[in-house]
Amino acid sequence: MSDPARPVPFRGGGFVARQRRGMGLLVFVLLIAFAEWGTRTGFISALTLPRPSDVLLTFKELYDTGMLFKHLIPSLTRLVVGASIGAGLGIALGVLIALFSLVRAGLVPLVAAIFPIPKIALLPLFVIWFGIDEASKYALIAFGTFTPTVVATYAAVDNVDRTLIRMGQSFGLSWQSIVRKIVLPGAMPGILSGLRISLTIAIILLVAAEMLGAEFGIGAYILQAGSLYDLERLFAGVVILSVLGVLVSAGIAAVERRVLRWRV
Amino acid sequence: MDLRLEKVSHHYGATEVLRDITLDVPSGKIVCIVGPSGCGKSTLLRMLGGLERPDQGQVLQVGAPPAGCLNPLTFIFQDFALLPWRSVRGNVSLVLEDHPLDRAARGAIIDDVLSRTKLAEFGDALPKQLSGGMKQRVAIARALAVNPAVMLMDEPLSALDSQTRELLMDDLVSLWTRAPFGAVYVTHNLAEAVRLGHRIVVLSRRPGQVREVVSIDMPLEDRRNGLAELETQQKILWDMMREEAMAADAELVDV
Ligand SMILES: Nc1ncnc2c1ncn2[C@@H]1O[C@H](COP(=O)(O)OP(=O)(O)OP(=O)(O)O)[C@@H](O)[C@H]1O
Ligand SMILES: [Mg+2]
Repeated sequence: MSDPARPVPFRGGGFVARQRRGMGLLVFVLLIAFAEWGTRTGFISALTLPRPSDVLLTFKELYDTGMLFKHLIPSLTRLVVGASIGAGLGIALGVLIALFSLVRAGLVPLVAAIFPIPKIALLPLFVIWFGIDEASKYALIAFGTFTPTVVATYAAVDNVDRTLIRMGQSFGLSWQSIVRKIVLPGAMPGILSGLRISLTIAIILLVAAEMLGAEFGIGAYILQAGSLYDLERLFAGVVILSVLGVLVSAGIAAVERRVLRWRV
Repeated sequence: MDLRLEKVSHHYGATEVLRDITLDVPSGKIVCIVGPSGCGKSTLLRMLGGLERPDQGQVLQVGAPPAGCLNPLTFIFQDFALLPWRSVRGNVSLVLEDHPLDRAARGAIIDDVLSRTKLAEFGDALPKQLSGGMKQRVAIARALAVNPAVMLMDEPLSALDSQTRELLMDDLVSLWTRAPFGAVYVTHNLAEAVRLGHRIVVLSRRPGQVREVVSIDMPLEDRRNGLAELETQQKILWDMMREEAMAADAELVDV
């Protein structure tokens, strides 16, 4: 046998998520550089898109005049309060639905019925119920985060490995211990990925609520800029929202790394 | 404390799984249950441990569990059933936390069972860092921690490679010789059955019935792999099971 030897061709790559640092940043930088180049050369007209460097200047002005925090702080407060209430209640109810078939039978159809309602449409109702101030905004954000959290939580609890629960029962653990030490930690991955979605929804609703009635807040700022067709300020506001979204996502990723270290 | 099954029968829907099983598990002895696949061995074990109720017949505890016994009927599962988010110590500690023990007492029990299963250095490791054999030793440590009267083991070694299985069998034998425990050991590996069983129960194909009960008197610590006497026993068991297994196999093809 004198056939030439060839290496076996490699065909096992791909389909694995690997960490690539800086890739996300590079995409941002390229897009912004393209916009800057386009608006400077006139390839993109100034009416279509503001120049990124002008947006940056607007942003700096916003910071220098102290208006940035005047808008940001009320927004963050609304977001934190509303989302905590919504996510907290959502996780609690999701666990109850998953654990008690009576609750499941009673409430799953209800959750399915309120899930598709655009929560913004209910803002007038919330204003009547909770008044025009902060409370109605909290309620809107809480309600919007609540439904996706419920659904994600009960699906996550349903997916907890049954053999682990059987194990707990076979060692005579109390019901509370099984829930606290087996069911909840086991559902954690699903609950956290649900939170990723519901917190993003919370940001969207925050802006919507502020557009409909607030003196300060990022939503109000964007609305003002929009009605004047002040694209630089509009984009400065939008950038703040994007950064907020990225921060929420990074925050959850950090929590996941800490809490889910045990995952293979 | 003895365990006794009296005329136990069970159906899942229209399938009859167990028929009229009467069986005694004497304290301090290992009873192996062998039988063709799908004959209801796991179901039988779940009933012995109170995880499932038989349609007919009853499962009885005879006598009181020995003093200091925290969970008389304790399972060891084929897939280990360790909490992946808890360390080795944490997994053992889990089954002690619901009992009124102070920290020091709990720590002492954990240290003791980990050293008996040769895991003392791995207390802080997470399950994902352990090999299959070590995971099963953690599960054994966890079972020992509650000082069971009867251990219920469902193919505890079948997820492991044959070398690891051999080592773990030696470990089980030495644990038993130092402190005899009662056990029901489900397996479809006849070599395991003749190494570990004081009594071997052969079940027929589904619906599972007791076909034969074989006693082996040789002390566990004298048994070795490849010993002529054991080989003979194994051959007798295999002849008994062969036709059942073949019939069971043909049945599956029919479906
Ligand atoms: N919860 C269940 N619901 C319906 N059928 C079941 C259930 N559990 C087991 N069965 C059926 O009952 C029969 C006996 O199952 P069991 O798991 O007890 O068998 P086994 O002897 O342990 O089999 P194996 O050797 O494959 O482990 C099988 O046919 C199985 O499909
Ligand atoms: Mg089985």
